[in-house]
Amino acid sequence: MSNTLDIQQIRAQFPVLHQEVNGKPLVYFDNAATTQKPQVVIDALDNYYKGYNSNIHRGAHALADKATQAFEETRKTAAKFLNAESPEQVIFTKGTTDGINLIASSYGRQNIQAGDEIIVSTLEHHSNIVPWQMLCQEKGATLKVIPINAKGELIMEEFEKLLTANTKIVAVNHASNALGTVNPIAEMIEKAHAVGAVVVVDGAQSASHFDIDVQALGVDFFVTSAHKIYGPTGIGLLYGKRVLLEEMPPYQGGGEMIKEVSFDGTTFNEIPYKFEAGTPNIADVIAFDAAMKWVQDLGKEAIRAHEAELLAYANEKLSEIPGIIFYGTAAEKVSVLSFGLEGVHPFDIGMMLDARGVAVRTGHHCTQPLMKHLGIEGTVRASFSVYNTKEEIDTLVQGVARVAKMMA
Amino acid sequence: MATINEVQDAIIEEFSLFAGDREAITEYIFEMGLKLAPLAEEHKVSQNVIKGCQSTVWLVADLVDGKIIFSADSNTGITKGLISMLLRIFSDRSPEEILNTELYFLEKIGMSGIISSQRSNGLTAMIKQIKLYALAFQAKAKANA
Ligand SMILES: Cc1ncc(COP(=O)(O)O)c(C=O)c1O
Repeated sequence: MSNTLDIQQIRAQFPVLHQEVNGKPLVYFDNAATTQKPQVVIDALDNYYKGYNSNIHRGAHALADKATQAFEETRKTAAKFLNAESPEQVIFTKGTTDGINLIASSYGRQNIQAGDEIIVSTLEHHSNIVPWQMLCQEKGATLKVIPINAKGELIMEEFEKLLTANTKIVAVNHASNALGTVNPIAEMIEKAHAVGAVVVVDGAQSASHFDIDVQALGVDFFVTSAHKIYGPTGIGLLYGKRVLLEEMPPYQGGGEMIKEVSFDGTTFNEIPYKFEAGTPNIADVIAFDAAMKWVQDLGKEAIRAHEAELLAYANEKLSEIPGIIFYGTAAEKVSVLSFGLEGVHPFDIGMMLDARGVAVRTGHHCTQPLMKHLGIEGTVRASFSVYNTKEEIDTLVQGVARVAKMMA
Repeated sequence: MATINEVQDAIIEEFSLFAGDREAITEYIFEMGLKLAPLAEEHKVSQNVIKGCQSTVWLVADLVDGKIIFSADSNTGITKGLISMLLRIFSDRSPEEILNTELYFLEKIGMSGIISSQRSNGLTAMIKQIKLYALAFQAKAKANA
C-alpha cells in the first residue's frame, strides 16, 4: 500500500480480528456501526478495574485520586483531539445520541420558541432527527430538511434558501453513516451564523477519519461517540462554546452536578460538571484516552489515506459485478460503501456474506427518511477501517459476485 | 405421497450432506427460495402478513378436498427458502395431519445456528400461523358436520 502504515502490525493489535466466523476468517466491515478496540484500550480497562477502580471527584484516598486524575486526563486529551479552547468545554456523554438529546433538552428548551425553525438534512441519522422533532413538537417550532442530489450530496443552494431569520438551530452530520457523504460543514456553519443560527455537528462518522478543529470551524456544538473511534462503548464527547454551555440549564439532576443542595434550592456546579450528573462511566472514559492517543499516534491523514485506497479498490471491484447498484457517489466520502444488487434483498446479501465470515450492515442504517427518499428498503453497507485490507475486500467481492451469479 | 415425517427426514438428509458448511447451507436455502412459486400480487395484502417476522411474509391457505393448500411469499430470498421447506412439509395435508405433527427437522438440522434469533422467531410465527389455519379449518369442518 502506498502509505506509511504497517497494516499487519496494526491488525496484530486487535485481538478480535483474529478469529474464524462460520469456519471462515473474520472480515469485519461494520466499522461505521462500531470499530474494534486495540489492545491498549482493552488494557486500560483491565488496569483500571484491577488497579485503581474508585469513584472520582469525591474520595479522599489514593485510589480515588488516581482515578480522578486519569478521568480528567481523558478530558484534556479529548480537548486536544477536538482542538477545544479548554477541557471544561468537553462534556462526557453516553454517546452521540445522548449528546444531541442533551443539547435539544437543555439549549433547545431554553432557546426555542413557537415559530422558530430548526434545519436538519435528508442524510441524518434518527439520532439527529428525533430529538429535534420532539423539541419542535413541544415548542411549536418547525423542522426543515435540506434535500440531497442524486449523488447523495446536500444541495447547498437549497440550504441557503432554508436559512432565514427564524432559523435557530442547524443540526447536520459531518459525514453520513448510510452513504458516506462528507458535508461541507465549514461553509454551512458560516452561512448559518450569518442568520444567527447555532450549529450542532453530529461527528459520529467523522471524528475517526478527520482531524477535528472546533475552533477553526467555529462550530457551536460538536458531538461524537468513542465506540466509533476505536474506544469503548457507552462514552461520547460533547463540545460546546463556553458562552453557550455556561448559559444552558443542567440536563439531569443528581450528584456531581451540584454546588450546594438544600430543600430551599440548589446551586449548580460549573461546566463541565453541571452536565455530568451521577457517577460517570469512569472505566470507559479512562480507556477512551488510550484510544484517542492511539489514533493520534497513527495520524488521521495516514488512516484516511489507507481507507480511501480501500474504498476506491472496493468501488472498482464491485462495479464489475452485474446488477450492482451503488448508493451515494458523493465527490467527498468517508470509507462507507452502500450498495445493493438488482432484484436481491439486502438481508440476503448480508446473510450470504456472513456465511463467508464477512460482517456488513444491512437495512436502513437508522436513516429511514433517507431510504424513503432513495425509494429503497435498505442497503448493504461495507465500511472500512484502518485495519482492513484489500484481500478482505476480495472476499467481500467474491461473496457479492456469487449472489449475483445465483440470480443470473 | 410421502408423510410429513418422511418429508422431514428427507430434509434432514439433504442438509446432512453439507456437513455443517454454513456457506453451502445458506446458498441452498436461498436457492430453494428462488424456486418458490411467487404469490399473486392480490394476496400480498396486510391481512395475509404474518406478524413477528423480520422480513415481510404473506401466507394464504385454501381448503381443497379436505386438504389445506398453503401458498406464501416473502420480500427476502432466505425467508422464501424457509417458507419453501415449510410448504413442502405442510401444504396439501389434512388439518389433522398438520395438528398431530411434531416438528423435529429444524432442531435436527441445527436451524438456530444457521439463521439469526430474530429470524428464528419469524419462523416460529410462520409455523404457528400454519397450525392456526389448520385449527380453523378443522373447527369449520366440525361445525359443518
Ligand atoms: C451519523 C450518526 N449519528 C448518530 C449516531 C448515533 O450514535 P450512538 O449510537 O453512538 O449514540 C450514529 C451511529 O450509528 C451515526 O452514525
